[in-house]
Formats: sequence, C-alpha cells, structure tokens
Amino acid sequence: MLLIDCPYCGPRPEIEFSYGGQAHLARPTRPAELDDQQWVEYLYLRANPRGPHAERWRHLRGCGRFFNALRDTTTDRIAATYRIGEKPPARGGAP
Amino acid sequence: MGGRVDRSRPLQFRFDGRSLEGLQGDTLASALLANGVHLAGRSFKYHRPRGIMTAGAEEPSALVTVRRDAGRETPNLRATQVELYEGLAAESQNRWPSLAFDFGRLNDFLSPLFPAGFYYKTFMWPRGAWAALYEPLIRRAAGLGKAPRQPDPDSYAQRFAHCDVLVVGAGPAGLAAARAALGAGARVILCDEQAEPGGSLLDGAAARIDGQDQTVWLAQALAELAGSARFTLLSRTTAFGYFPHNHLGLVERLTDHLADPPDGAARERLWQVRAREVVLAAGAIEQPLVFPGNDRPGVMLAGAARTYLNRYGVRAGTRAVVVTSTDAALDAARELEAAGVEIAAIADLRAGATVTGTRGGQRVSGVEIGGRTVACDLVLMSGGFAPCVHLFSQSRGRLTWSDAARAFVPSSSAERERSAGACRGVYGLAAALADGTAAGFAAAEACGFRTSARRYSVSGEQAARKAAPAAPKSSSPAGSGKAFVDFQNDVTAADLALAAQEGFRSIEHVKRYTTVGMATDQGKTSNLNALGLVAARLGKSVPEVGHTTFRMPYTPVTFGALAGLARGDLFDPVRTTPMHESAVVRGAVFEDVGQWKRARYFPQAGEDMHAAVARECRAVRGSCGLFDASTLGKIAVVGPGAAEFLNRLYVNDFSGLAPGRARYAILLREDGFIYDDGVIARLAPDRFHVTTTTGGAARVLAMMEDYRQTEWQDLEVWLTSVTEQWAVVAVQGPRAREVLEPLVSGIDLSGSTLPHMAVAEGRVLGVPMLLFRVSFTGELGYEINVPAEFGRAVWEAVHGAGRDAGITPYGTETMHVLRAEKGYIIVGQDTDGTATPDDAGLTWAIGRKKPDFVGKRSLERPAMKSPDRKQLVGLLARDGSLLEEGAQVIATPGQKAPMKLIGHVTSSYASASLGHPIALAMVAGGRARVGETLWVPMPGGDIEVTVTKPVFYDVEGARLHA
Repeated sequence: MLLIDCPYCGPRPEIEFSYGGQAHLARPTRPAELDDQQWVEYLYLRANPRGPHAERWRHLRGCGRFFNALRDTTTDRIAATYRIGEKPPARGGAP
Repeated sequence: MGGRVDRSRPLQFRFDGRSLEGLQGDTLASALLANGVHLAGRSFKYHRPRGIMTAGAEEPSALVTVRRDAGRETPNLRATQVELYEGLAAESQNRWPSLAFDFGRLNDFLSPLFPAGFYYKTFMWPRGAWAALYEPLIRRAAGLGKAPRQPDPDSYAQRFAHCDVLVVGAGPAGLAAARAALGAGARVILCDEQAEPGGSLLDGAAARIDGQDQTVWLAQALAELAGSARFTLLSRTTAFGYFPHNHLGLVERLTDHLADPPDGAARERLWQVRAREVVLAAGAIEQPLVFPGNDRPGVMLAGAARTYLNRYGVRAGTRAVVVTSTDAALDAARELEAAGVEIAAIADLRAGATVTGTRGGQRVSGVEIGGRTVACDLVLMSGGFAPCVHLFSQSRGRLTWSDAARAFVPSSSAERERSAGACRGVYGLAAALADGTAAGFAAAEACGFRTSARRYSVSGEQAARKAAPAAPKSSSPAGSGKAFVDFQNDVTAADLALAAQEGFRSIEHVKRYTTVGMATDQGKTSNLNALGLVAARLGKSVPEVGHTTFRMPYTPVTFGALAGLARGDLFDPVRTTPMHESAVVRGAVFEDVGQWKRARYFPQAGEDMHAAVARECRAVRGSCGLFDASTLGKIAVVGPGAAEFLNRLYVNDFSGLAPGRARYAILLREDGFIYDDGVIARLAPDRFHVTTTTGGAARVLAMMEDYRQTEWQDLEVWLTSVTEQWAVVAVQGPRAREVLEPLVSGIDLSGSTLPHMAVAEGRVLGVPMLLFRVSFTGELGYEINVPAEFGRAVWEAVHGAGRDAGITPYGTETMHVLRAEKGYIIVGQDTDGTATPDDAGLTWAIGRKKPDFVGKRSLERPAMKSPDRKQLVGLLARDGSLLEEGAQVIATPGQKAPMKLIGHVTSSYASASLGHPIALAMVAGGRARVGETLWVPMPGGDIEVTVTKPVFYDVEGARLHA
C-alpha cells in the first residue's frame, strides 16, 4: 500500500485516496473547434509511460482535495506531490 | 539423545488413523521420522510415494491435512511446519484408497501420456468428451488436498504497526541486526516464522559466540532484547509479502500449535507493518540434486537430516548414502556418523561421481552410483544453497547472479531495505553476525540514530557452508527413471528438456508450460535447478536466462487472516433509511441496492411477490401509494457560479430554470454516454438541489468535485452531499393531493400554484419540508423532503392520514414496473454506459443553445449518430409471455449460432395496469422498427415480439398533470 504525501494533510496510506489518472490534461476550451481525431486523443490517448508519471490523486477519505503526484510507474516511488495548478518539480537526480 | 524436544512430555497423535507418539517440541515431520514413518504422501500427478525432504517451509512433498473438527480441516500443510500437540490428527493427501496402496499410481506407469503440457496436445478427441469426461477425470485424478466444505468457525485478528526497523528472520544475522538497531535507539520489530527464534543457532553446532555456547548466547541475547520497551518479538510469524513503501504483511499463528485453543481465541493475526527501514535476514534454502529417483521417501536434504538429529534428536535412517556437490553435506555426514548412522558411501559430484538411479518402493533401499548399487535406507543430498530472496524481489529490488554463490543475490534495493547474512550469500556464523550488525546499524542510521561499533568473537565454527559446487549441479541426468526438479508439481528434467526442444526460450514461458515453480512452495527447491537445466539446454549462462518473478505470499496465507473481521454482517456496511423500521414492521421484503437495504415489496398474508406487486401497482394508479425514496443521492450545489456549473456539466439548459422549478436532468461522461440522471430543482438563484440515482450518488459527486477543483476554478460553487440529511417520503397516485393537503402548511397544492415539476418550501405537520411535485410513476405525485430525524414520523403520519383513501406502501419492484409502463429509463438497467441521450430517446432534454457541456463534442462523432445504433423501444410478446431481462433480440427466427444479434431486453415486467407483460429493449435502429415483428431466441424456442414505442400507459401524460 503506497504511502502518499497529501500536500494538505501529510503522508497517509493509499486506502484514503482515489486515483485520478494522468495529470495536466486541460479540457479543451473550445471542443467544437477540434476535429474528431483531436477530440479522441483528448478522450482516450494517455502517455502510459514506463517511468515518471505525473498523475492526479484525490484525498477522498481525508481533505477531499485533488492534487498531483510524480510517481514512477515501475518502482512506485513518488518523487513529489504538488497542488493542482502547480507545475511538476524539475526532474533530475535519483528518484 | 540430544535435540530441543522435551522428553518428559510425550504426546499422542494420529497419522492416517494410526496412533503414534511424539514429544513436546516435535513437528509432525520429526515425530513421524522418529517413528520410522517416511511415507508421507503421494505426488501431484504421478502419485509416486513421497517422504519428507526438508525440515522447513520449503517442504515440497510432505503435505498433510490436519483436522480438529468438521469445521477446522486445513489441507496442504507442510508436515515440517505443523507443531505437534496432544491429540493432533493428520491425514496424508492425494491417495485412494490408502497411502500405501494408491490406485493413482497408475499415472506413473502411464506417464508417457502426461508430460508437461499434455493437456495442450492430448485428450482432444472427440470434442464433446473434454467437458463431459476428460476434464472431470483429470481434475479428480490430480490435485493435492481437499478444500474444506464448512465455513471457517475461527476468528482472526488484524493489527497495524509502525516501527523504525523491521527485521525479518531471527537467525544470527537477524538477531545481530535487531541488537544493533535497538542499541542505537530504534524501535525494532523482529519476526520469525518458527516457534523458537534462533534460526541456524538451533541446529546443534558447537560454535561459541563471545565465549559462550551458541545456544546460551542465543538465550541471553533474546532476554536482553525482551528487556527493552522498544522491542517486539513476533514468533510463529511469517512475513509473506513486501508491499510498496515499506509496507509488509505478516501472519502470526496464535493457536494452531495448541491442543486446546481457548474458546473464542483468534487463530491468527495479520500484521500490517509500515517500517521506516527493513532488514531482511531470511537465510538460505538448501537445494536438492537432480538425479533419477531423487524423490523416494528417505531421500532428503543433508541439512534437514542434520536438523532432525540436532534439533529433534531423530536419526532419519540407519545407513546413509551422501550425494553432494558441497562441503556442507560432509559436515552433516560426520555428525550423523557420530550419532550412530552408518555412512555407506559418499558420491561427490565435484569429483566426478554420477548417480544413475535409486531403488526402493515406499522407502529408498539403494542408490546406483557409477554402475554399482549401494544399499541404504537414507539418502542425503545437497546441491548448494539458494539465498532466500523472495521478499527482496517482491520489494522490486534487483537481483544479480553471483558466480561465487552460484545463485541470485540482492544487488540494488528499490525500497529502504537491506539484506544480511545467508539471504545475500554471506555464509558462516561469524560472517552472519557481522553482516547483521552492519545492516542493523545502517538501518538505524538511516532513521537518524547514531551508532557505534560492535563486534562478535566466534570460535569453533565448522567450515562455512560453501555454496559453490565445482561441477554444474544440474547436469543432464544419465540413467533411467524420472529425475525430479519440481517435486510438488511433478516436473522432471525431461519436461524441461521437452520445453526447450519445443521451442520455449523465455524462462517465463518454460515456467508456465511445465508448471515448474508454480506449486504452493513457489519453487523454493526447484527454481535454481530449473534455471541451470534450461540454461544448459539453451547453451546460455544462468544470468542470461534470467529468473521468474517472485510472487506473494511467501507461504500460503489463510483467507481468514486476510478477511479479519470483515465477514458476515461486518463484510460491508449496511445503510438503512430513517423509515426502515416502518417497512420492517409491515413485513417488507428487502433487497440490496449497493449498501442500502430497500423495501422491495410489502407482501400481505398469502401473497407472493407477483401478487403483492400487482396489488401495489393497482393501488398507486387507483388511489394512492407511499414510497421511501430516501436512498437517492442528493447534492446541494450552492454559490454564484452554481447555475453556470450545472450548465457546463449536465446536458440541460438551466439558465431559464426559475427558482421554484425542477427539471429532469441527464449527466453524460465526456465520451458522450449517459452516466446518471435525476431531478435538479432551483431553490434560489444561487441554490440548486440535485438528485442522482441511488447507486450513482458517490460517483456523481466525485465527478462534480473533479471538474470543480481541477477544471473550473473560475466558478464560485460549493458542493455538499445531503443524501443522508433529507428523508424522502414519496406519495403517488390520483388521490395524493387529497391525502397531503390537510397535512401541509405554507404551500398551496392546487395544480396552478404547484404544477408538475415545481418545488416549494413549507411545513408538513409542523416539520420543515421541501416539497417536490415530481413523479416516477406517471401519476400525480409528490416527494416530501424532511430532515432525516423526522422521516419516520412523517411517514407514519402520512400513512395514517391516507387510510381512508386506501394509501398503500409500495416497494422498489412496484416502482420499477410503474416507471417501465411510462418508458422512464433506469440508468444502469436500460442503459449500460454506451447509450447516448438520443439512443434513450432523450434528445429533448438537451439544451439546444448551449455552446458546450460535458459530452457534447462526443455526440458529434459519426458513430454516435448512426441510425443503426441501439435505441430504446418497447417489446410485446405475441403470446403474452414474460420476456427474460437480458434476452437477446434477432430479426429472423430459426437462426443457428452464432446468431446475428440486434439488441437485448433491458426491463421486463408483468403489468397489472395493462393486463399483460411489457418489456423495454435496446434494439439496433429500434425507432424505425416500430410495428415490426422481431424474435427473442430462448432455449425453448424463438418468441415472436412486436416492437412498440417505449410508453405503454397514459401515452399523453395527462395523469401527471392532474
């Protein structure tokens, strides 16, 4: 069970959170102007990387807030957590 | 003589019905050997006689069923880990009619039919015979223990623990690590799977630590550790899983070793430990050698024979042959000889000896070495040691091949963890103590504690167990007879050769094809040998072949330990409405809707569900019905941005919704499919009351919060779940107004002031109320929302007030029928996550002028507008029969499978109002098919149906506006 550092509450066990998928996906402001392929990419295509992944979590059984996390999908190591609207911290150095 | 057993406390036990005697401190295995019993079971596939091969958790063959009573029968226990108690009753497995005479032995003689993967190649013809004959026979013939048939009567505890340093394994390395970390100031938990901590310190060696006999040193070290409040020792506790972020699962066995467990005592305790740092001191497992006939009872690991001698005082035989590629077996031979066992021969593979077979049926009687047969009743084999890297691998640490150790050892850690002692290829007592100390200090330092040096002086240590055999230990065995690699799954060297021959190159494929390493022992005594054989076959080195993934649990874990208290009534929370008792006293039959209990129908004397529902339906349409709608989700959406928020989210246009009015609303996912529906009422310009389906409440609120927090931070809006704050009493039927009017104050209930889909605040019987004029039945209807604490009283009062009008409580079944008669969908029943608003006939709800809402863009995709899409229609069976929900729809009768399916029945009910059954269905191009004849294929024949519009009753909707 992951130990996740909620930016508002501190480290809490994974069971208190719900997963929110890939982070930094901004809903297009004018969907009508996108063609079908572009819209499908927004709907379905995700990075699915092997390695660092910026993703969202929600502290559902805590403060209820969404936040972002940089988690390595192969090691489950969480390099950082940061608030919605913030940018992921610069990567560099060992995770 | 010797051993740690207590000769003053004999114990009686039974094995396969035979009474035997053992001693306190014995395991079942040591007690059987003490009685000269070697035959302990029959192998999985070939039913070969098997004995006791090891003295620990890695035992592959001596699997037994231990029975306390009808409810406490545990199969597949390793006899080497079953602690003996007075009255223990154990049975061997996988044999019939008896262990000594087992018909299944036939499989051994038919073995050319059963090589690895035989079921991919044989038993194929005739086709029908597989399901009817072959599979049942094969399943019955194979297998190990029998699964218990009774519910588990025992209770299981669970606990969470946090510590600075968790040490797994209480052998010398682990004890040294625990001492070091504890001494530096850390909080330490030390666990060990055995009843007595000490690991290899219990195996009878004559070494001295700091001047003391090693067992004396052990006792003192344990006493010293126990003196600290920062120390916890967990014995009989197996660490079975290493989960992310230093979260480990441990199972502590509490009562299985007791003759009379106290009533109500928990049988096991699951520990979930979150440790800042972990030290793995799990030891190493001795490996067997692969030669023909290496599986006979009486063939065991050299170290096991030594353990039985030194720890349990048992000589496993009288005349032994040693087959080895290490020095460790020679130490064992020396000790056995000193104890009176004759050593008949030593076959050292490093010196070129070859073993071509063994003799004997249910007990080994001889070994064929280099052309001659040496008589014996015990064979000691040692193929070196494999560091126990299971937990390390589960933690996703990287393994590397060590030529020195001839095994995989931990290299880089993925978690805050380090290994010490034999489990990382460091052998010998002095080395283990030093290694453990270093690891313990490192762990403590990583926690921020300051450490100092500590050294142990060790003398009299026997030659370190060298792991490296000079000759490859898995040379292709010459000689006839099966040479076993995986004893529990009956996988032979020939099977591995077959896999290589048939083109399997990846070790993961070889594993699955041959099932090597896939039994409950998880390859503890087979993985390394298998790798060696496969590598030799493929002409590669072992590291080039690689290794398979180690999976949890390390040893099997009971379901009970994992379930803990979450069983029976405590499996899932039960949610009940404020009116629950009112339904109970009226004899309601309940159904589960998610975690809620909802009254399904209210049978009166002599009524079955069909009769009760028919009566309830007639009552609602004829006069008045009373329904508990409290379980539906309710969300208060409040703020200056509330209207805009709902506009962006739902398909409807709320800008024109005046306060005091409500609207049927649909929520799509971004991909355009219906996600939920409900009624949204505007109470004030900045205040909305949103309802959801019962099952959708949580996910709708979650979706709302997602958009509110992460997409539309420009809007000032707050969301509050008020599902449990409001009790909802629904009154439906032509006499509903008449019943309610005398009870309501502050609201004029006439049709002009409170039309259909209006909402008003007032009081009912003096209690504050939010009154909705809404209907899910198609009749004149109201939903009274009162604070939850008044729900029951209001329900009872309305019921009393309506007696003259014949008011009738009705349940969810009637609710389903009435709404289906009107063609109102239920999201999740008539839709399945792939229905658009148009598919469900709900395009009218979409706000035409809205530039955007969630899902709108997706509705423009060509596939979403295809006329062939499944659309909601009604179906009426020509013969008046009741269609089955889920039944498929086809266009022409008499088709053979695979039929061309064009739709399915989503809802189907007997209708009292109409006098015949009705059904709703999703059918391809359904709306254009109204009036057509279609067919519903069933096992008894195709049912002819007519397609209708999905409204059956009061098509104009006049009754709603009464």
